[in-house]
Amino acid sequence: MPLEIVFPMTNEHELQLDLERQGVFLSTVNRFYNWGRRSSIWPMAFGLACCAIEMMAFGLSRYDVARFGAELFRASPRQADLMIVAGTVTKKMAPQVVRLYNQMAEPRYVISMGACATSGGPFRDGYNVLRGIDLLVPVDVYVPGCPPRPEALLHALITLQDQIDRQKLGRVRWYGQGAKPQTTDFPVPTFGAQGLEIDGHLVDPVGGLPLVSSYTAPEFGEMKSGRLEHPEIVRHFPIMDPSVELEHPLKARGMAPEIAADDLKRGEVGNAEA
Amino acid sequence: MPRLDAAELRERMARDLPGAVLEVVPLQVAAAPPHGPQPGAFMTSDTLVAPSRLVEAACYLRDLLGYAYLSDIAVVDYLADDLFELVYRFYHVEGGEGLTLKVRIPRDHPEVPSLTPAWPGANFHEREAFDLYGIVFVGHPFLRRIYMWDEFEGFPMRKDFPKQGDKYIGADE
Amino acid sequence: MLKTEELQINIGPQHPSTHGVFRMIVTVDGETITDLKPVFGYLHRNHEQIAEQNTYLQNMPYTDRLDYFNSMANNQAYAMAVEQLVGIEVPERAEYLRVMMVELTRILNHAGALGFLINDMGMWQTQLAFGMREREKILDLFESASGARLMCNYFRFGGVVRDLPPDFIPRLKELLQAMPAFVDELERLLRENEILMQRAEGIGILPRDLALAYSVSGPVLRGSGIPYDVRKAQPYSVYDRFDFDVPVGTVGDVYDRFLVRIEEMRQSRRILEQVLEQLPDAQGGHINPKARQNVRPPVGDVYARIESPKGELGFYLVSDGSGKPYRYKVRAPSFINLTPLGDMCRGYKVADVVVILGSIDIVMGEVDR
Repeated sequence: MPLEIVFPMTNEHELQLDLERQGVFLSTVNRFYNWGRRSSIWPMAFGLACCAIEMMAFGLSRYDVARFGAELFRASPRQADLMIVAGTVTKKMAPQVVRLYNQMAEPRYVISMGACATSGGPFRDGYNVLRGIDLLVPVDVYVPGCPPRPEALLHALITLQDQIDRQKLGRVRWYGQGAKPQTTDFPVPTFGAQGLEIDGHLVDPVGGLPLVSSYTAPEFGEMKSGRLEHPEIVRHFPIMDPSVELEHPLKARGMAPEIAADDLKRGEVGNAEA
Repeated sequence: MPRLDAAELRERMARDLPGAVLEVVPLQVAAAPPHGPQPGAFMTSDTLVAPSRLVEAACYLRDLLGYAYLSDIAVVDYLADDLFELVYRFYHVEGGEGLTLKVRIPRDHPEVPSLTPAWPGANFHEREAFDLYGIVFVGHPFLRRIYMWDEFEGFPMRKDFPKQGDKYIGADE
Repeated sequence: MLKTEELQINIGPQHPSTHGVFRMIVTVDGETITDLKPVFGYLHRNHEQIAEQNTYLQNMPYTDRLDYFNSMANNQAYAMAVEQLVGIEVPERAEYLRVMMVELTRILNHAGALGFLINDMGMWQTQLAFGMREREKILDLFESASGARLMCNYFRFGGVVRDLPPDFIPRLKELLQAMPAFVDELERLLRENEILMQRAEGIGILPRDLALAYSVSGPVLRGSGIPYDVRKAQPYSVYDRFDFDVPVGTVGDVYDRFLVRIEEMRQSRRILEQVLEQLPDAQGGHINPKARQNVRPPVGDVYARIESPKGELGFYLVSDGSGKPYRYKVRAPSFINLTPLGDMCRGYKVADVVVILGSIDIVMGEVDR
């Protein structure tokens, strides 16, 4: 499928900027709408875990998100435009996250902040941890890091603003008439005996990989990519596998090579030997 | 500051609560590996109490010895020995080292009297042990799952609960 | 008399005043609370199970994420547990560095906690911005020492990962010099604020005997009048060399917990000044050079505890002789401090719930683990 990405700095924009410099102000409806939307993103005051602390720092005076017009944290999803999924989404919390997303009014955006929200992060192997919020709701911007610094979150916000600049009113899902995908509520998972279920089908079992694919970003149509991550896919991490012989046995115990080398330097005289 | 060590506690309890203290049997802890050095047996130095006398022993610690602060209840699943061990940790409010009571219960019938009626502070410890290990505390007023949802099956912290994660996929084949 | 019906209200898990994803099912009669049931598990990310699949060293960064306000304190408790299990000695300088970091953490935590508490009382963000301003200064110090603001991962078995950068001590001195003014400012905000006094005094009383029976710890226990502090009761690290007081409350209400926290910040500053006096003479490097990081402890168990800013934080480890812990249990102070929440709230108004919860100072990463 050919992807059409329109970057904001086309010739049209340059011409517009040129004219503005001369004192002639021209705008399109698109640009005017997007300017309004990007300059007053109201995030939801919704913190899940560690990243929420950095999200607070991002909102407070030092990093000062007010410079980007997104300082008004709303406690209610009905008044919010942006959901920052800040922290580990557990299976117990996942239905509430989807419900909150469903309660937000269009246009709504999602920033997946940190490794946990993006993929499960360091807690991916837990029985109660959802492996990525994009299995349940579409995500606009992902922020790496554990936790990401407030600057990283600011960058994510700027990226989101760039994405909003690129929106075309005729193509967004929440404008106009006609059947558009996913304007209705996203399915809220329910608790099952083995993990989360949607319509009675297990989606994220305890043990194994998720049985559903993740959502694509909204600008690509916000569909399930259709590629199932089948549980029989073998993912191999030799460093975790005790049966694999690495160069040095210390490495096979799950140590980073540089620590192992450092340990070798210290020799076997340590008092740690059992 | 009170100074009472485990040996002295055992002595006193043998005098005041005859039959409550059990002889410590060494634990194997992990299954022996097919080759390589065999791990040593685990011989605890703490006081092992009969499960039926637990409440009595704990109240003895609190009321007669003054160890009123129930700090922690930990469960250990000794799969190779086929038992659960519960570790109760008590401290004196004036300070000093703590005293530890241990209780061993069989894995197929994990039942132990609850301390919650006597110690309200044991409430969440016991609910956590029930949720993650499936240990039934007889006499607990509200023994429900605390972390997982009620519909969840199985006790995830037991050693025989299937492991989740990318690194375990394909490990059985 | 008007007959009223009892009503159940659900607070959380998404609520701005629950300090994370915490849910309370509150039964009210009119405005008065008759029952409160906490519901946890919304951040249960299987810390203990994952830790039992990791090597001992791999767990060190995971402990940062337990109580994500105080990563240094968590590091210390875990490092102490493993050191006791293996028998690693810590050089003197490393002990001082540890105490320095943990006491800074305590100041940071209390500044933040008081900010959130007053924020919950409806003072919006003024106080929070005050607290966070101080917090950022300390985080800068942490970043210069460990490389990370929040998840420091600074401790290792037998010491700390690297020595202080050269400009750390001058910056710390500067910080300590400015601190009394900040603490006084904070206290003035409390003591002279009529609205705040109305909402804190006589609210959420936890009597002395009940506090002990519920085995709460930290400022909540001390606010109820029991001078129990692990740093004094069972001195670890080098705390027996410092001169500091343990503040206690008299009534056990929200206000007492407030005052205890403020006084603890002053005491932490006292400890830090003594650390700075004694540090240059402390011998040994920042880490025991003989200490190996890929430990394989002998079969056995150990329980090590510290006085974290929230209360008694303990790690119970069982080793089976391999490189991974057989059992790894965290005695989380926030989790146990929540036990009396129902009793503390009973009889008060609905609006007091968030204030009482704020005065306990919980962090969900630690409660749910």
